[in-house]
This record gives sequence, structure tokens and C-alpha cells, in this order.
Amino acid sequence: MFPELNNLLNISPDRAEQGKLTLLCDAKTDGSFLVHHFLSFYLRANCKVCFLALVQSFSHYNIVGQKLGVSLTVARERGQLVFLEGLKSSMDVFFQAHKEPHPLQFLREVNAGNLQPLFEFVREALKPVDNREPAWRCPVLLVDDLSLLLSLGVGAVAVLDFVHYCRATVCCEFKGNVVALVHDSGDGEDEENDILLNGLSHQSHLILRTEGLSTGFCRDVHGQLKILWRRPSQPTAQRDRSLIYQYKIQDKNVSFFAKGMSPAVL
Amino acid sequence: LQSLGGSRTLSPSKEWEGRSLLKALIKKSVLCGEQVHILGCEVSEEEFHEGFNSLVYHDLFRDPLNWSKTKEALPRGSWGALTAMCRRTDPGPVTIALDSLSWLLLHLPCTTLCQTLHALSHQNSCPGDSSSVRQVYVLGLLHEELHGPGPLGALSSLAQTEVTLEGTVGQASAHTFCQRPQQCPTHQTNWFSIFPDFSLDVQEGPSVESQPHPDPHTSLMDPMTHLTFNLHQRLKETKDSLTLPFQFSSEKPQALLHPGQGQATSHIFYEPDAYDDLDQEDPDDDLDI
Repeated sequence: MFPELNNLLNISPDRAEQGKLTLLCDAKTDGSFLVHHFLSFYLRANCKVCFLALVQSFSHYNIVGQKLGVSLTVARERGQLVFLEGLKSSMDVFFQAHKEPHPLQFLREVNAGNLQPLFEFVREALKPVDNREPAWRCPVLLVDDLSLLLSLGVGAVAVLDFVHYCRATVCCEFKGNVVALVHDSGDGEDEENDILLNGLSHQSHLILRTEGLSTGFCRDVHGQLKILWRRPSQPTAQRDRSLIYQYKIQDKNVSFFAKGMSPAVL
Repeated sequence: LQSLGGSRTLSPSKEWEGRSLLKALIKKSVLCGEQVHILGCEVSEEEFHEGFNSLVYHDLFRDPLNWSKTKEALPRGSWGALTAMCRRTDPGPVTIALDSLSWLLLHLPCTTLCQTLHALSHQNSCPGDSSSVRQVYVLGLLHEELHGPGPLGALSSLAQTEVTLEGTVGQASAHTFCQRPQQCPTHQTNWFSIFPDFSLDVQEGPSVESQPHPDPHTSLMDPMTHLTFNLHQRLKETKDSLTLPFQFSSEKPQALLHPGQGQATSHIFYEPDAYDDLDQEDPDDDLDI
């Protein structure tokens, strides 16, 4: 995890919030470093994590995790981490017989209907178990990423329904958290992705949006991060608090600074 | 809230959420002694109930699509249950809050939703007795950016009042568009604040007319008026009437074909000397252009 990002969000592994939906969004840049941050953050916070890793392999996340001080292999072996490796599991859908619907069953359907099997997988992974297992702090669902489901033929409404059920179960019933990454094409031509992004924005308690610099690539500033805290049902009608920082990704850390205050230019 | 069968839609933006205003309007209805029914689709009942005591909550949030296989398939099931519930209540004003219209619009055909909204807001307290029409107010929360212009237009035509949330300089504002039958539509913008107990404080906002529109009674000053190198009017007219040398016009070929028609022609005066050979047998005058 990145300590500077924890300071900006005013969170720490010792006092992680519960019952929240965090939306990660990237536009014209790669926001996957936020996924790695929250994965290592919640593992360090002793939470039970269900990670729907649809984009990269287990070894990729494990290598990055080790740079951030967590071992996904150890976490999986002791039952703290439930890892769905999308790249590997997708082959099982076609070449292995299953009695029950596979979590990625929609890949076999002509018209990808709903994601109920995927939701059942998440609920089964995070449901409270008996006291024989170590007590984890709270369940967390992490998804990398939801836009990929659209690319695989799932409709935006179906993805919204999947997140709806995850919110109802993981956030409200299990008192856990959901963190999901959605890409923003930014050109307004992908209507399905815009519906997904806007729909999730209205439901989220925290939105982290990374954007590439409008001036193009810069060696010392890799992008800017917008942080928006929302209160979907709180009584104040004031504008939700927001902050903007620029950042630079290093080998094992990400440094954040105010706009125009990069150490390279000071 | 004074109209019979009125309906309102709230259209928030991502930065100015509208659920708190919806709850503030619900509180007003409760304080007026109205029955309040809420169809909750987007947040849990516990989260919505914060600050409220007496509400009839229809939970579409927990299992809207019946994935738990415990009850009738939704959303038509609960939608039908809601309409039936409203008919069974005591006669009197009732407020129905839909949180949210966007969720319903994404899962129901637009025509079905519009027909049901129309039927909801025009209910009879005694079925079969068309003389006693019950006051039903329908409040709907709508996330505009999720829908295309067609469904938005259809819902706008149904609603008597539209409240769009915006804000500037950290202050929320509500732009209200009201279109009651047989009345002129009205626009109004107000600043508002919502307190922790969901009481609503509305202040006068900038009127629509004072938005950046030019005053029609004030003529705009021509910035070129007082420049010292401006041409006088007579010079401008003379300049505009000149024909440029290489500008094609229909008069030029006519002038060449018919010289002397009102235009000055040029003459060449030549005095031949002793060395000129004037061939009288082959003059160039034979050429007839």
C-alpha cells in the first residue's frame, strides 16, 4: 500500500471503514496502481478479500504485492484471500464440466444475461463462517475491472445489477467494502461504459479518478488524482468534498503532491 | 404539493446528490400528515430510514431480481404490490417516493413506467367512484446522465414539476420548472440547504431573467465608432461602388463589344513617318471583334 495515499484518504489499516463502495476510475492513463494499493491495504488490515482478477495473472499481482509488502500466495493459503483468476478460469468454462454454473458462465452464453453465478461465487467466498477459522476484520470485494465485463459482452445494466447485489450483500449484510475499477474512455462514444460509470458514481461513497496530463506524457508527473467523497444519503446538500493531486509512480511507492509542486520543478 | 395528482422529478448530478432533497421533501409530506410510501431501489432500508420514523418502505434493494428465488420475479412483482398497497390505504393524501426512477427506467420499458406513473398519480379512493379522486403526489429521483433524451422527455411530459440540482461556489441550487395544466410554465431558481434533521431551508436565488442575457433596451456600443482612421460615409459609398480591376462583371464584355455606350473610350493618335509601311491591302481593320 502507499502511505501517502492513506494520508490523503485519511485511512489506515487499523481503522478501515466498513460498508463502503469505492469506485476507481482512470481516464487516458493506467489506474491499476490503485488496485494494487487497496489489495495490499485490506490484506494488511486483516480483512478477508475476494479478488476478481479478470485482467492480469495471479503471478503479476503477486509480484507487485511483494513489492508492497504482502504475499498473495501466503494470504491465499491461509484462507484470507479468495482469488478468481479470470484468464485461467475462462479456459475451465469451455474445457471442464461443472455441475453448478461457473462464475464466468456468461462467456458460454450467446446473449450474456446476468452475472448471478459470479455474484454467488462472491457471496460464497465472503459469507461469515463458523468460529473455527481466524476472525477476519471485514469482508472486501475487489474487482479488476468492470469495464472488461462490458468488453466480454455483458450489458451495462447487468453489470450494474451485479454491483447492486454485491453492495446489498457485502456492504449492507456483511458490513464489508467493495472496490471496483472502471475505465473511462472520455470521448463519450461508449454509451454502455458511460452508463456503467455514471450509475456507479451515484452509488459510491468514495471516487478516485486518475487522469493523464492534458499536456501529454511527463517523466516526473505521471498523472493527476481526483478524490471525491460522496454521501449518498446524508442530509447535507453541500457539495461533496474533493481534492486534486498529481502523482509519480515509482518502483515501490507512489508519491503525491499538489498540482505544479512536483519535486522535479521546485 | 398543492396540486392534485402532482408529480415531481429530482435530477441531481454526480457532485450534487439528490437523495437528501428527496428525503427533505418526504419529511415535509410527513409533517403535513400525509401517508408516505417509499419504493427503495438504490439504498438499503436502514440507510434510507436514517432520520425518519413513520414511513412505509417497499424494499426493492435487497433482492430486486429475485436471485434468492424466494418470491415473485421483480420488478413487476413489487411494482404491482406497491400500487395495490396504495389502493388499500385509507382515503387521504398520500405521497409516493421513488428512489430511484433511474433504476426503474433501466429495468422496465419506458412506456410501462410512464403508464404506471400516470396510473399512480390518478387513483380513486373508492374504485368505481370517479367523483372522489384521492390526492396522490409522486416524487421521483432521476439521474439524468443515465438516460437518453427520449425517456427523459417522456418523463418530463408526465411531471408537473421538475427540480434540477446544480451548484456554484459550494452552494446547492435547485432550478424548478413547473408546468401545471391550463397555466403558463414557470421557472425559478433557489439556493437551498438541508439540515441534519432533513428540514429544508430555501433562499431566494438568482432569477432566470438576471442570468447573463443582454438588456434589450440598451443598444450595444459599436467599438469602432470613435476610431480616428474611420472612413466617412460618402467615402465608404464611393469605395463600395468601385469595381476592382480584375473583378469579373457582366458589364465589361458589353463595354468591349459596344464601345462608346456611356463609357469613355481611348484613342490612339499615330503620325506615320517616312519609314512606315502602311499596307492598304491588308489592314487590321478587317478584324471585326
